[in-house]
Amino acid sequence: MFLNSFADLGSLPPGSKGVVVRINGGRGLVARLSRMGIVPGAEVKVVSKAPVGGPILVEVNGAQVALGRGVARKVVVRPHA
Amino acid sequence: MLRVALVGQPNSGKSTLFNSIVGYRAVSSNFPGTTVEILKGRALVGGRPAEVVDLPGIYSLRAEDPAERLTRDYLLSGEVDVIVNVVDASLLARSLELTLELVELGIPMVLCLNMMDEARRKGIEIDMERLSEILGIPVVGTVAVRGLGLNELLSAIGKAKIPKPMGFSADVERVLGELEERIGPHPRARYIAELLLVGEPLPPGVEIQEPDPGLEELRRKLVEDRGEDPALVFSSERHALALRLFEQVARVRHAKPSFRDRLDAVLMHRLFGYPVMLGVLFLLFYLVFEVGGMLEGYLLPPLEALTEAVEGAIPGPFGKVLGGALQGFWAGIGIVLPYLLPFLFFLAFLEDVGYLPRIGFLLDGLMHRIGLHGKSVIPFLLGYGCSVPAVLATRILEDERDRLITAALAVMVPCAARTVVIFGLVGRYVGPLIAFSLYLLNVVVVAAAGALLRKLLPGVGPGLIMEIPPYRIPTMRTILLKVWLRLRGFVTVAWPTLIVASAFFSLIDVLGWTRFLNTLLLPVTWPLGLPEAVGVPLVFGILRKELSLIMLGQALGTVDFGAVLTGIQMVVFTVFVIFYVPCIATVAALWKDFGARRTLLVSLGTVGVAMAIGLLVRLFALLWTAVAGA
Repeated sequence: MFLNSFADLGSLPPGSKGVVVRINGGRGLVARLSRMGIVPGAEVKVVSKAPVGGPILVEVNGAQVALGRGVARKVVVRPHA
Repeated sequence: MLRVALVGQPNSGKSTLFNSIVGYRAVSSNFPGTTVEILKGRALVGGRPAEVVDLPGIYSLRAEDPAERLTRDYLLSGEVDVIVNVVDASLLARSLELTLELVELGIPMVLCLNMMDEARRKGIEIDMERLSEILGIPVVGTVAVRGLGLNELLSAIGKAKIPKPMGFSADVERVLGELEERIGPHPRARYIAELLLVGEPLPPGVEIQEPDPGLEELRRKLVEDRGEDPALVFSSERHALALRLFEQVARVRHAKPSFRDRLDAVLMHRLFGYPVMLGVLFLLFYLVFEVGGMLEGYLLPPLEALTEAVEGAIPGPFGKVLGGALQGFWAGIGIVLPYLLPFLFFLAFLEDVGYLPRIGFLLDGLMHRIGLHGKSVIPFLLGYGCSVPAVLATRILEDERDRLITAALAVMVPCAARTVVIFGLVGRYVGPLIAFSLYLLNVVVVAAAGALLRKLLPGVGPGLIMEIPPYRIPTMRTILLKVWLRLRGFVTVAWPTLIVASAFFSLIDVLGWTRFLNTLLLPVTWPLGLPEAVGVPLVFGILRKELSLIMLGQALGTVDFGAVLTGIQMVVFTVFVIFYVPCIATVAALWKDFGARRTLLVSLGTVGVAMAIGLLVRLFALLWTAVAGA
């Protein structure tokens, strides 16, 4: 339970929600994500995923943001049960 | 005169608001020395004239992003008396993050909650009085597309107040307060303290005493306490504050998902999204060519007749050169505009409705294969209309490397002028199916060139981070303004270049250098199996791609191309025209945005691609006929 309590945003199935815990990236990525409200402590919901390694669509603060898979993998979240 | 700046996030309806306040008398300019655009206009505020500036849509005020840094520096330059923060009320929680950042600047401010109707539709009720009380500034609700609340907004601008910053967490406030004290009395001490802690450069004109030796110590303390980079600490703090503020002033009733909300279930669906997208794009091009063809039919004949009349009236070399200049002038009106105008119009419509970002979403995976991401789709699409706005549109990409690769590839996309050659030559004499397959060939070549460029220009392009705005019903005004802003690049840069260059080539013709040019171009025409006389038309194609077709008729002495050229020659000629050097107007646009060296590299690169693909097509065609004939 404790071990898999964190996950990267890219691995969550559509419909799941979670809280951002950490962003594994450089300052530039962190700044670009924080512009969209994706910062530690933010509630995010995975809305949908594009096929073949395409981006995922997440909802933050009522707004929808598309994240490339590579970006999504760097966002660590604690999923809600 | 009161100077008012509109600041807001992208898609907040800021431009619509600006249009309704100042009308069409807006003048657009760039931040000095940059490609970031600002619009200025006049309006009456409380009966007194005021200057209103529309700043670029930004999400925050961070130094890493040029538009954001410039906006911040501009706001702090003392050239702004009042900030009007335009906010999409239906996205209030998210939008308040920028609001809270602006609050820290200590400049008189008004909060404009735009799209109140959308907010209501989503079941968000906002207590504007409470919000006004907490921030200490006037708060006005508007629906800019319908002109609601504009008078209230204008009168509120006259009553703008310096906002009250909302306090961060106690530990952050302590560090901030300590640093503020060391900076000493300064109207923006609090904001300067934040910038110093985050480690961002101070805006020009903001001067304080030598950075305090205690700064490092304070920053270390913050990092130790929070275990995070100070920049992230402030972002997280602001995110939490915005959320808390939202909860204090807004109530959300559960609203039934409307038709617009359910649209995405189909339009962004992992399977159905794609056929719908292809249908939309097909319709886009179909409409453009219908409307464009109609306009061209009306415009071109009288313009051509006029050119001939001028050349006839003024005999001799001077008349020829003048005729050349005129031809360049007409080319803008008669050939490019008929296609460019409807194209930009329909594209602006798709953009304002909110569909373009969705195309970016659907194609992001595909674009990654060529080392780019979904946002590059927009320049590519524009490229089918005209390469000039395509090059200018690369400005929406954050990363320099992404921009260059996108621009280099977008100029190889067949624009309206090249489509004239594809259909006028291959479509007419070889067959529409072959003409269509040239488009497919183009997509394949562009993708391959992208993969190659990714190898040549090492570096990791940043991944896609793109807001998908809600669907909106756009207004004619904002669409027309967008069309004009994109068209301006063509009118001011490309068109003059076209006229001068066109006159210059007429001069070459007058001087009788045609033979010489043809000989010079033998290394190109001979391996491709093209007649020697084709050299000059190819050179003229640099002016305008469709001119190569017109010149081809002159050079070969007939417009019945089927009689003088073989099918293979026509296909090879067209393939070469599609890829080699973007036209002179595009070169000018590239030059302006990327500098001489990279423009030259892109131009030479495209000649290489054109040569290689031309040879391959010739070889393939020869083999094909040999096999078919056997």
